[in-house]
Amino acid sequence: MKLHIALNVIFWMALSGISGKTLAQGGMFATASGNTSFSSKTPMENIDAENKKTQVLLNTTTGELAIRMNMRDFVFPNKLMQEHFNENYMESAKYPTGTFSGKMDQTIDFTKDGAYDASATGSFTIHGVAKNRTIKGKLKVEGGKITITSDFEVALTDHKIEVPQIVFVKIAHSIKVKSEYILSPYKK
Amino acid sequence: MKALRLAIFLLFPFTALHAQNDLLGELNKLDSNTTVPVEATFKSTRIINGHTVETVKKNHMDFRISHRFGRLNSGSYQLYGLDQATLRLGFEYGLTDDLMIGVGRSTEQKAFDFFAKYRLIKQTTGSKVIPVSVTLFASSAVRTLRPLTEEEIPRTFQNKLTYVYQALIARKFSEKLSLQITPTYLYRNLPELAGEERGLFSLGLGGRLKISKRVSVNAEYFWTARDNSGLPYHDSMALGVDIDTGGHVFQLHFTNSLGMIEKQFIGETTGSWGKGDIHYGFNISRTFSFDKRSKR
Repeated sequence: MKLHIALNVIFWMALSGISGKTLAQGGMFATASGNTSFSSKTPMENIDAENKKTQVLLNTTTGELAIRMNMRDFVFPNKLMQEHFNENYMESAKYPTGTFSGKMDQTIDFTKDGAYDASATGSFTIHGVAKNRTIKGKLKVEGGKITITSDFEVALTDHKIEVPQIVFVKIAHSIKVKSEYILSPYKK
Repeated sequence: MKALRLAIFLLFPFTALHAQNDLLGELNKLDSNTTVPVEATFKSTRIINGHTVETVKKNHMDFRISHRFGRLNSGSYQLYGLDQATLRLGFEYGLTDDLMIGVGRSTEQKAFDFFAKYRLIKQTTGSKVIPVSVTLFASSAVRTLRPLTEEEIPRTFQNKLTYVYQALIARKFSEKLSLQITPTYLYRNLPELAGEERGLFSLGLGGRLKISKRVSVNAEYFWTARDNSGLPYHDSMALGVDIDTGGHVFQLHFTNSLGMIEKQFIGETTGSWGKGDIHYGFNISRTFSFDKRSKR
């Protein structure tokens, strides 16, 4: 009788232990050098910047996706623009990062090579303001690496990013964002 | 028994939930051991008269037009000084992100000034903390004004030269407040007034307080290690407002100094705030990028 109880306890605890470990370990892909760029085009001025240090974590078992970037890692050719971006628009001292935390909407077999149209739904936070969004993109599995690419737009008013009247015509109200993340298997 | 099994069964989902929040948390952990450089201690390379620790970035050029008018107490006939305008035109260029050079020409004494400024130490936070930024400044000025009277002896070229050396030490205390101290050494081959020493030590104190994202209030004072009792000189003090409109910065200020280069405002200020010898001034600076990748 006591042996029966003991075995049960051990069995259930072992099950939760093993499953927990599998969830954390199995099928994690990541990069710390993902490329996120954005551009704003108006007849008055074009603004372009690139962040080559985007961090991405994808759990291929659960489809969970986390993306994080430091606003200060966006590089502009015009350094004064970069300073204004951080000081006046993004207020990077208060809100240093932009993040996306969510889940893939489709179930994809990551063990097979292939190219897929995909989307992820979750919380997108910029300038301290979170918005639930579904972002569409393409996913490619090839040679043990997963490449995520996506083109989407960010409306400045959605995230309380203020544009003063005097430069209103120089900055697009919806910014085009492009991302390209090449993920490799991740070990903690 | 059944309760025990139930309890253990309930523990199972917690491991799943923990993994979901962990993903973003995992990424957050990656950043914790980086050093963050403190940026934009000041919006501009000048507080008002004096320089700040900031330099012009690599391949960028700053074009500055500085106006200084006459004294407010010169009466309505002189439009309170606005009729007596003096100018300084300057071009400043960033050779690297930390080293800049500049050239300027002032109406006052028809002086040309040349300078170089180098960011030696930058303030940082994060895993490695450096409390202040230190920038070194060196300048030389040539006064080319010809003698104004018959009695005045023309200067040799050497006697037209003056040199300034400064260590600019600043700290960004918060997003709104930055302060700077500026130990200075001024050397004049031939001072303006007879009997004055060639070398002059000074200590500048200045700062800026941001009152909105694009507007700040600036103040500056230069104490001179000189007994001014026998001389008509006063220490320079200035108060102003900076307005940043993107590519341009507008600076509006009041000061008792007429000159806009170190040799003049530190060493030769004859105005006194108490007597109303206050000059209104305004500067406009525009930054151009010569970076090949930039379209503007």
